Amino acid sequence: MRLLMSGSKSGGHLPQLWVGGALTAIVLITALVAGFWTPYPADQQSIIDRLQGPSMAHWLGTDLYGRDILSRIMGGAQTALWVGMAAIGVGLAGGLPLGLAAAMNRNGLIDTAIARGSDLIFAFPALLTAVLIAAIHGPGMINVIVAVGIFNIAVFARVVRGAALSIMARPFLQAAIAIGRPWPSIALVHLLPNIAGVVAVQATVQFAAAILAEAALSYLGLGIKPPDPSWGKMLADAQTLLYLSPMQAILPGLAIVWTVLGLNLLGDGLRDALDPKLRSLRAV
Amino acid sequence: MAQNIGIKPVSGMARTLYRTMGLIIASGIMALALIGPASAKTGVVLAITLEPPHLDPTAGAPAAIDEVVYANLFEGLTRIDALGQVKPGLAERWVIEDDGLTYRFILRKGVTFHDGASLDSSDVKFSFDRAVAEGSENAQKGLFSAIETIETPDPQTVVIKLTRKEGLFLWNLGWGDAVIVDPASAETNKTNPVGTGPYKLDNWTRGDSIRLVRSSNYWGQKPAMDSVTFKIIADPSAQVTALLAGDVDVVPNIGAPESVAQFEADPRFVVTQGTTEGETLLAMNERRPLLQDVRVRKAIQHAIDRQALIDGAMFGFGTPIGSHFAPHNPAYTDLTEATPYDPEKAKDLLAQAGVAPGTKLVMKLPPPTYARRGGEIVAAQLKAVGFDVEQIPVDWGQWVSEVFKGDHDFDLTIVSHTEPLDIGIYARDDYYFGYDNPAFKTLMSKIDTVSDPAGRNTLYKEAQRMLADDAANAFLFQLAKVTVQRKDLKGLWQNAPIQANDMTGARWE
Repeated sequence: MRLLMSGSKSGGHLPQLWVGGALTAIVLITALVAGFWTPYPADQQSIIDRLQGPSMAHWLGTDLYGRDILSRIMGGAQTALWVGMAAIGVGLAGGLPLGLAAAMNRNGLIDTAIARGSDLIFAFPALLTAVLIAAIHGPGMINVIVAVGIFNIAVFARVVRGAALSIMARPFLQAAIAIGRPWPSIALVHLLPNIAGVVAVQATVQFAAAILAEAALSYLGLGIKPPDPSWGKMLADAQTLLYLSPMQAILPGLAIVWTVLGLNLLGDGLRDALDPKLRSLRAV
Repeated sequence: MAQNIGIKPVSGMARTLYRTMGLIIASGIMALALIGPASAKTGVVLAITLEPPHLDPTAGAPAAIDEVVYANLFEGLTRIDALGQVKPGLAERWVIEDDGLTYRFILRKGVTFHDGASLDSSDVKFSFDRAVAEGSENAQKGLFSAIETIETPDPQTVVIKLTRKEGLFLWNLGWGDAVIVDPASAETNKTNPVGTGPYKLDNWTRGDSIRLVRSSNYWGQKPAMDSVTFKIIADPSAQVTALLAGDVDVVPNIGAPESVAQFEADPRFVVTQGTTEGETLLAMNERRPLLQDVRVRKAIQHAIDRQALIDGAMFGFGTPIGSHFAPHNPAYTDLTEATPYDPEKAKDLLAQAGVAPGTKLVMKLPPPTYARRGGEIVAAQLKAVGFDVEQIPVDWGQWVSEVFKGDHDFDLTIVSHTEPLDIGIYARDDYYFGYDNPAFKTLMSKIDTVSDPAGRNTLYKEAQRMLADDAANAFLFQLAKVTVQRKDLKGLWQNAPIQANDMTGARWE
């Protein structure tokens, strides 16, 4: 964690880090709370109470089926974070070892194979790939995670390779190679801690992208299956209700903006805090 | 994934803000309605939800075919009018012999097909023979099942002999599946339909629109509109914006009932509500051991609160039904009281049948609002009595191949049966929901032989009761026909006694 320690700028100069961190923390807390408590069960219907405005009983009103919107926003936060974390998990689990292997095998067979493989994945727009996978395997949370995760493997492999190569050019690492330390030890002891910052920044950005992808897929009916709450699905349901009850669209829309903005600010803040010189490595 | 959207960043915060907004907007989450100018019109544009797979009404079941071609492009010996009554079509008049088995139809003179070929009695014989022939794709062969022989003593006369009295024979001949086609063009009607109607096909842009134009050699009264365009708009909110923007003049069956309030408040539009032949069912796959048990099926019916379903899914548009019959039909009997919403009874029945709480059921839901929204509500109502229902949204292609045909891989599905007087589907062998009751089949064949209306109605009532007692399916509601149209557009059907958008009477005022 050398780079993290060497972050010279203090937090006071990085408003985006704190604003982003606060916005993200609120989403995180909401999702955690939703894990064991929501005002109502997120799928509890009451048709006679449908499309109500905010009241003491329903702080944010009710949806088309008389479900409590606050409960569904909270449940949606949980869904979004699950998908985001799992998609990042898939991306890291695949991308980290592939990226390190590629860096250490520079221009070798493994490196070329990984580079061409990620070129192939990048050749298709990420959302299109996700739609394709979801269309073939049907809707559902696992399929959304796989769909978004596959793209993340390529993203992380490429970021890790680039960052690792720049570290490998440094004298301390050249020295480690020269004295004959085994490759696994170089990867784990020298490379990984030094690229952790870059990976963390990338992860927050991909996290935001994964949440948007889940919302988009659910909006298209290819994401989370009903009746599980999802912000994208809430937006889709609200589409024909704009005239009757605009809150149906505004609330989940705000939740998405809040979360994605928070994560992006956090990502920017983290990057500046860790090392301004790494800016060029950001491949969004 | 976000690209630099080309705004010079002033600070990290602002840059992120721009990028985030770019992402959100790019996600396509905003819809804009533009109001277009009105102009003097000589044509009419309709929005239909589904694109027909082809345009031959004698070679396929989809209602979307009839909704384009019926009365506009193709005609039969008789026709069904806006009130559901049988009117002369290509047959100017007819005589029924005293035995009730022989029908003598006199054809109109001077009728020609769009390609110039003239209509005579041989075309009628050809059309009906083709409909029942080996390998025929006709979806309603039952309409012709009573026909014994068809004779053509002269070009203007068709004599049809029946094997049994068929009370609905003239009505049956008014279906889209019984229209008269020309031998020369019959095989190409799917893509290049040639009929005798007042409109002919001008252009079909797949996935977008079907345009009909007035035929110059029509035998009857010239329609007021010189063109009729059917725009295919599947998305309910896109239908709303298309109306608001003036891109379409009428949506005969609006997909978003919640938008009605908006159009009622807008002086440019009128909203009408009518009836349809659409019995909306929660169909149950009786091939599944669980659903073979009548107690389980009854429990499912008792678990459903029909009025809540109509309010929640259809914004109150629809009439509760207790069996497979349209409430506006004289033979209808209201059986909703016989199978009321009673979750306690449902739980008792499930306990008797030994169904454990948490039993899984798979519900496949086609795209219409009644199915997707209805499914969400039905799933919650079934959850309340102990089922765990998995909702799987499917498109129509999947629905046909997985539910209607093939392996019938479903437990539950929600679908509206829009053919008129179609209670006979419960007598079909191996129909998709797999209802099999010999007593019902006997009853149906008995109805076919009775021609006096009162006697038929009694039997129809008996049939409705049998289906309700058996909980053959869970019967939900009769679909309403909610039409939103430009205020100055007149002459459209308010009800849908048959699958049709008859535009022959449409006019601007």
